[in-house]
This record gives sequence, structure tokens and C-alpha cells, in this order.
Amino acid sequence: MRYLPLTANDRAEMLAAIGVDSIDALFDDVPEAARLAGPVDLPRAMGEIEVERLVSRMAARNVAAGSVPFFIGGGIYRHHLPAAVDHLIQRGEFLTSYTPYQPEISQGTLQCLFEFQTQVALLTGMEVANASLYDGATACAEAVMMANRVTGRRRAILSGGLHPHYREVCGTYARFVGFEVSAEEPLSGEDLPGLVDRDTSCVVVQNPDFFGEVRDYSGLAHICHDAGALLVVVVTEILSLGAILPPGEMGADIVVAEGQSLGNALNFGGPHVGLFATRDKFVRQMPGRLVGQTLDADGRRGWVLTLSTREQHIRRERATSNICTNSGLCALAFTMHLALLGEAGLTRLARLNHAAAVSLAERLEQLPGISLLNRTFFNEFAVRLPRCAAEIVEMLAGKGVLAGVPVSRFYPENDTLADLLLVAATELTTPEDIDRLEAGLREVLS
Amino acid sequence: MNDWSRAVSAHQADALASFATVTGNRGLQIEEALIFEQDSPGHCGVDLPEPAPFCNRLGGLERQGTIGLPGLSEPQIVRHFTRLSQKNYAIDCGLYPLGSCTMKHNPRLNEKLARVPGLADIHPLQPVSTVPGALELIDILAHWLKTLTGMPAIALSPAAGAHGELCGIMSIRAALEARGDRRIRVLVPESAHGTNPATAAACGYSVDPIPADATGRVDRAALEAKLGADVAALMLTNPNTCGLFEREIIEIADAVHRAGAFFYCDGANFNAIVGRVRPADLGIDCMHLNLHKTFSTPHGGGGPGSGPVALSASLAPFAPLPWIVHGSNGLELIEHKTAPAENSLGRLKGFHGQMGMFVRALAYMMSHGSDGLRQVAEDAVLNANYLRARLADDLSLSFPGPCMHEVLFDDGFLRDTGVTTLDFAKALIDEGYHPMTMYFPLIVHGALLIEPTETESKASLDRFIAVVKALAAAARSGDAARFRAAPVHTPRRRLDETAAARKPVLRWRPDPVQRRAAE
Amino acid sequence: MALLRFTRDHEWVRLDGDLAVVGITDYAQSQLGDVVYVELPEIGRRVEKGKEAAVVESVKAASEVYAPVAGEVAEVNDALAADPAKVNADPMGEGWFLKLRLADPKELDGLLDEAAYQQFVEEQP
Repeated sequence: MRYLPLTANDRAEMLAAIGVDSIDALFDDVPEAARLAGPVDLPRAMGEIEVERLVSRMAARNVAAGSVPFFIGGGIYRHHLPAAVDHLIQRGEFLTSYTPYQPEISQGTLQCLFEFQTQVALLTGMEVANASLYDGATACAEAVMMANRVTGRRRAILSGGLHPHYREVCGTYARFVGFEVSAEEPLSGEDLPGLVDRDTSCVVVQNPDFFGEVRDYSGLAHICHDAGALLVVVVTEILSLGAILPPGEMGADIVVAEGQSLGNALNFGGPHVGLFATRDKFVRQMPGRLVGQTLDADGRRGWVLTLSTREQHIRRERATSNICTNSGLCALAFTMHLALLGEAGLTRLARLNHAAAVSLAERLEQLPGISLLNRTFFNEFAVRLPRCAAEIVEMLAGKGVLAGVPVSRFYPENDTLADLLLVAATELTTPEDIDRLEAGLREVLS
Repeated sequence: MNDWSRAVSAHQADALASFATVTGNRGLQIEEALIFEQDSPGHCGVDLPEPAPFCNRLGGLERQGTIGLPGLSEPQIVRHFTRLSQKNYAIDCGLYPLGSCTMKHNPRLNEKLARVPGLADIHPLQPVSTVPGALELIDILAHWLKTLTGMPAIALSPAAGAHGELCGIMSIRAALEARGDRRIRVLVPESAHGTNPATAAACGYSVDPIPADATGRVDRAALEAKLGADVAALMLTNPNTCGLFEREIIEIADAVHRAGAFFYCDGANFNAIVGRVRPADLGIDCMHLNLHKTFSTPHGGGGPGSGPVALSASLAPFAPLPWIVHGSNGLELIEHKTAPAENSLGRLKGFHGQMGMFVRALAYMMSHGSDGLRQVAEDAVLNANYLRARLADDLSLSFPGPCMHEVLFDDGFLRDTGVTTLDFAKALIDEGYHPMTMYFPLIVHGALLIEPTETESKASLDRFIAVVKALAAAARSGDAARFRAAPVHTPRRRLDETAAARKPVLRWRPDPVQRRAAE
Repeated sequence: MALLRFTRDHEWVRLDGDLAVVGITDYAQSQLGDVVYVELPEIGRRVEKGKEAAVVESVKAASEVYAPVAGEVAEVNDALAADPAKVNADPMGEGWFLKLRLADPKELDGLLDEAAYQQFVEEQP
């Protein structure tokens, strides 16, 4: 078997060196009742050719996003990945290395993460960022728990504009970890300033929000601070920070984001990369890994994991969080992609996204029966269709167009949202794609 | 005589090696600055068109001022990250004997298949009718994991092992709440990994530690004495963190169940028993798996991982969303708390789970097959015992008898040498090895936990054994200075972690003098 | 000579007028290694005997510092924020953590005196 180097001869020699007759002797501690006599009922070993054939056959049953006009966003976005990124992350020294607990032989990983932390702080307009979390939704729950620790309070207010998965994850953590979240209904004309009181640990908003609307939360930040609460801002499309005012300049205390748009493919929803940034004064309350700069014994600059006493393997019951892993390789891909883009590239890429979305909006607004909900947007917006959006999306899929996400997929019980469709455009959206979407909609709605 | 083609003699080589270089580089080891220190303003490594003029709809909320990101060309970026990669040790470079991490070879077939467009370029929110192959793959993965564990259900969404532990303990709490049973304690062995008590505490339980007995296994009498009607669960790692199989695990499971509690198993060490033992047959109620340990998905410098949780019939109804079920019309994706998921504990992560890791793990399992996976456990256990037998006289074995896939030593062999476990590990780095796990588990002094995995050849193990023997002898012969100075041959020597923690510098900032000059 | 007592958790307490000054011993700081951070309680907080009053962190460990006696926190050593190394350099003097207004001075009687504490340290493995 190609991954197992031991030969029959090796095994015999090693058993002799150990002083046992067979491998079974080394499994003596297993209770007899639990010993399996032979392999379990699953297929036997296969060569590469066979495995490739089987997996490719499954892959071929799926409609790849790049093969059709594609307008789906909803928290994960399809962007161009420069060729260099995928090559670089597959270097064995990056791909097959472990967490950098031995800094002398991990300076590659550590320096990359230090660059990542800096990039995240710059993008979000915050002072310090960690070395990533699992994804945006779990980062959001961690932000709420951190706000609870900082303020000593346990009630969070979630905007109705927060991505529903993020809201659900916060709710799960709230139930089991023992705090409260109060979530406003989407598109209900919420009055967040009016809800903040001295029991509020934080208010969580998203910008652009789930429906694509872009807002200035500076006023809300003041109100939170006056009440001793924190403002948490969520960003699900990290590219938007190439164009719009960052949460750090609006007075946010914690910013969390999904970093997938940079460096990482769709991957059917995972693995992705959660970003987490805050103010220096809160750094010891941050979850997750942190890389810090220092000097080695020869006085040369280097990097190490630091402030580890917050983490579970040391504080055990008293840890800030139980998190062990960051999303290392995904964070590395993010760093590489953003390094390739740089200031000029990121801002231009953001302009391209916004331009594509504006072009799409202008075309859709002209269609009879369709209205745009948004006053503002970045690369995604919501339209109201004349009837059930889910059915229209299904019909368009049958015509080879992936038209967007029906909001009812997230809120199946809410009838007022049933005719809403979220539509996204990126730098990969072509005029022909928009033509096909428009033609498809005209056909389906006539 | 013109001798340019001869190698320099050893004597001359030593002299040359001590010369400093102009750059600070040493041959292939290149010093590399941060990207922020290599900025060519306006430069870009990706060519993008400028959009035609248009009326923006940002509502006046455009960013004012610059972000501060550096600009570099593609050649500079490729060189930057290539140079950085060369400062890393990795499985591809050599043995990585980290106990409980299972640093096995990461097959490249996994990488190829994870990148097939039909799997990599699909969006989780596409109409389900456009991704039947994705649901099929996930279902087949679930079938393999359920068959290997013997458990009837599996939750696939947790993003990593610790996340899986959270899922397991939350499921247990949900099940207890559903039967109106309020329990407040969780029992955790003292040898457990820190995530175990952290997870239990995070879910509102108080953590009650159980000591180990003289054989390194959990003290069953102490455990049974602590069981009571207020215990929600026992969290046990099996094989445990000392590399030993808990012989009395079935009796322990029975005792836990008699007390009305649940048995959570930390599956980090599944590599020792995969294909030879089914955890369900040991009486466990839930167990997380680490796809990035047992099932070869790459560690990537710290992640991403994937931590599916196998569940018993009594815990299955509470599994987190989403579920993939066999419906009347084929596979269905259930994303809300509707039948049959009406009692689900809810969502633990955005979207569906770590699909990229599912593809890799399934490719690995299919490549090995049920016979190959059984061989994996046997070779893993054989390799660890070979190290145990060959090093027992040089290091100090913490517990008697055979081990499973990892072997635990403590620092007894270093007594009175002036060399600590840490120093020993740093000397190993100079020899070209990543050290074993150190100072864990906490129940022995100066622990050294070694897990070779099944993908090490006998020759590789023999070389490692020779080095460890030599270092142990050097330590005992009084050569403490060499250990204290190690490592010396690495890109960086020992780093000042005290300074890093006292005055944290967690990001680059532009030099204020340079910034003023630029303004 | 100010009254000085010790606990089996390696804290010391010294009576200074009506305030009890609390810190960790030389043995404790040498076990911990370089102290990188100290988490001190707010002024006015009431602490119970034997319960956590502060946390001291080194690079690889974090330890609770338990109140040797019950009382109200009257002062904390702010200098430790900028220079936690004082705990290592002068654990019995400039490395003090906090001062308590004692609830019950008789609680000091139950603690170890200097000789008894030295004996206890010598018995440590």
C-alpha cells in the first residue's frame, strides 16, 4: 500500500525487537468483546486511478459556479484567485507543517501570520487582530462572548441585518454557554439606539448588511459607549473594505469578518477563515492565537506565538475560549492574495465589484415587476420579485443560470420575505452573464 | 596546481563557516523582510482593468485615505513566500514525532481531488438540485465514519477537534435538558488535553478531575466514587494521552450509564485503533474525530481542521444543523429545525461544514480501504512500541508495559544533568527533527510524548533512535552547555518569549520618522 | 517587626497597620519563571479567605493568587502593569500585589510562620 512504508520483513524484525510474537499481542488491552476479527464492512484499498474515477464521478454531477452565469452571494463570494496563490500554499513546508509551537523552525508560518494580523488590522481600521478563527459565524459568537467578559454583562442585541447563520450560531452559543441574545427581525425598521441600556454587553451589526445595505454606525457607536456597551461590526464580504469606510473609523470595538473572498475558493462552504480585530486595550480578552515580534539569542528579529496563557491548553477551565486551531492555510492564502493585490489592486478590485453590481442593478431595475430594495450596496443587493423567489431561482437553474439566493432559504417561515432575492456580482461577472440573467427573468416572469 | 574542482578540506570549511556574510544570509537560508518593508507604492501583482466611469451607490460612505497595504509585483511575492516557506519544518521534510497530533504523510491525491471544479467551485447556497454529487460525497463520508466507529449517526459541521468537543458536550446537555434532568458536573481525567475541561466549563459545567493510577490509566475506583446523579458526563480520551488503552473502559462505560450520565470520548488518538476496534463497542455515547489527524488532511501550519462527532441513538436527535438525510426523493439537506431535525441543538458554524477536508479524508479512506485502515492502526502501534523497546534503556519510561500508537517518557533520565526536557528538545532540532510533544500530559514530570505514526519507515525510526540515544548519552556525560545553547543551526536561535508577552508587538507599524518624512 | 505569615499556596501576607499586604513568595516566582502579566482586583472588592484574588501569568503558566485572609481590597500595586518583572526581582517587597482591609485579624493566626513555611518548601518535590 503506497502510503505504508513498512515491509513484512520490517514488521518481523520490529516484533522481535519488541519481544512479542504478533501485532495482536500489542492490542491485548482491548477487551475481547470489542476486538474486531477482520476489516469492517467497507470497500478494500483502491489505487489512485480508481479513487480519482469515483470522486470525479461525484464531482461531475454538480454544476460548477464557473460554468454558468452566477449571481450567488449570501455570505460567500466567488472571486478570481491569482494562479500564484494556489501554487504557494501547496509548498510542502506550508501545507504539511504544524502549529508553530517551536518558533526556531517555524519562522515561515509565524512571519506570514504576523503579516496577516497586520493586514486584518489595516483593512478593518482596528489596532490589533488575531491569527484567525474558524469562520465569520463562529468569530461573531466569540466576539459576543468577549464583549460579555469585557463589560461583565450578558445580554447582546443582534441587528436584523446580521447574516442569519451568524445569528443562529450566536443563539446556539448563548443557550449553552449561558448568556442572552436578543435578535431583531430582518427589514423591520429596527431602532437599535433605543434598545441599548445598561444591561447590554454589545450590539452586533453587519456592514454591508445581509441585504447589502451600507451604513454609517458612528452614531450607534457613541450610544453604545455612553451606556458602557461595545459595538461589534460584522463584515461578510471582506472586499467591501477596499471601497467603504472601515468599522474601525466608525467607532467599532470589535470587528469580525469572513475572509473567504481573499485567497479561498467557494469549497461548498468550508474551510474558510474568520477574522477578528479589536482595540489594544482589549487584547488580553481576545480569543484565538496571536503572533508577536521579539528577538532571538543573537539579537535578530523573529516571531513567536504569544499571550498563550489565555488559551485552553494552559488555562484549561479558565480559558477565554476552547479554541485550539486557527484556519492556518486559509489565512495564508488570504495573506498571499492580499499581498499580490496591494493597495492599488484591492481598491481597483473593489471598484470593479461595485461597478459590476451597479450595472446589474440598473438592468434589473428596468424589468417589469422587479424593484430594488437598497438605497446603497457594495456588490450584493436585494430585489423584490413579483412572486416566490425560490421557485424563480429553481426555474432559472433549470435554464442554466444560478440567479442568486432566495431569502426564504434562510427565513422559510417569514412570508413577507418570500419574494426577495439576494443577487451578487463580482469582478468575474460579464455583460453576457447579465444578459442571460435578464433574458431568463423576462422569460420566467412573463 | 589549479584545485578549483576539489571540495574544501574540513579544516578550511570550519573557518569559512564562522565568517559572517554581508547579507546575513547563509547559503539557501535567506533573510526576508516583511512585505510592508518592501512597498513599491502603486505596484500590483494582479493586473485588473479599471471599470468604466459609473455612478456609485455607496451613499457617501467611501473610504477616505489609504489602507496602508504595500504594493509588490508577482515575482517579488513568489520569492517572498518561497523564502519564508524554507524556514519551516514540515512532515514533507522529516519525522514529526508529536504525540497526540498524528503527523502522518499528507497524500497529494487529496489535494488534487479537493481542487476538482465540481467540488471546489460550488457554492453552499446553490439550489440543492444543482449539487447532488456534493451531498452524495458527504453521505459516503458519513457512512465510512459511522462504520469505522460503529455509531449510528454523525454530525459533520464542527470545524475542528475543539469545536467537535463543544458539539459533543452541547448534545449531551441538550439531551439532559430534554429529559428534564439538571446535572452540573463533568468528570475529566487529570491527563486530559486542556480543551476537555475548557469545553466543559464553557458549557456551564464544573469540572471534577480524576487522577491516574500507577499504570497511567484513569483510576476507576476514584472515578466511580465521583459518579452521582449530578454528573452529566465523563470525558475520556482512549487510547489516553499517555498512549495507553483504558483496559476497563467497558466497565467504566457501564458505571457512567448506571449513574444516568453520558460517555464522551475524545477521539484524538483514534489512529491507534481504527479498523481494529469500534468505539461504539466500548460503550461510548459520542466521540469526535480529527480528520486532520487520523484521516491525513494537512495541518497547514495550524489549520483548517475538521472535527465530526459520532453520536449514539440517544444523542442523534440533537445533532447540530445542517443534516443530510435520505428522503423519499434521494438525499435532502435540512437547514432548519424541521422534522426530523426539530430537536437539533442548532447551528454551530456558518454553512455546511469543512467540505474541502471531507474530500481529502474520503480520498484517504478510499485509498486505504477497510483493510488498509486496519493496517494503519497496526503499523502505528508497531512503530511506537519499536521506539519504546529501543529507547527504554536510554530514556525513562513513565509507565510499564506496551503502549499503543504513542509512547510516554518523563525527564527522570535527565536528573542531575542540568539539562531540561526543553533543552533536550531544542538539541533535537539541531539534529534535523521537530521535537516530540513536551510537558504534556501534566501527570508526569517533564513529559516527552512520542508518536511516530505508520508512515515512518523502519530506517527513519532507526535513525531517530540513534540520535535520541546519542543525545541522552551526551546529556548524561555532562555536556549541558551544548543543550542550553541549542538550537544553533536553525534560521533563528531561541527567541525571547518573555519580552514578547510583556510588551506585545502584534502587528507592523510604519516607522514614525519615515511617515513624517513621507508627509 | 511586622507580622509575616505564609500559605501552602505560596502567598505571603504582612500586617502593615490595619492593612494586610499580600504577594507571592520567592519559591512561587522561581517556579513560575518570568512574570509577564498580573491581573489585579478592583479597589473595593471583597475577597474571601482561600478564594481567588488575583492572577499571575508567566509565558507558559497562569496561576491564581488566593487571598490568605478575608477582606476588602484597599490598594493594588499599579506598578506591576508596566513592570511585572518586579514580582521576580523583589517578590517580598516591590513585587507586592494588593493590600486588604482585614475582616478578621485572627485569621492570620492559622497561617504558617516563616520557619514553618521554609520547612514546607523544603518538603516540595
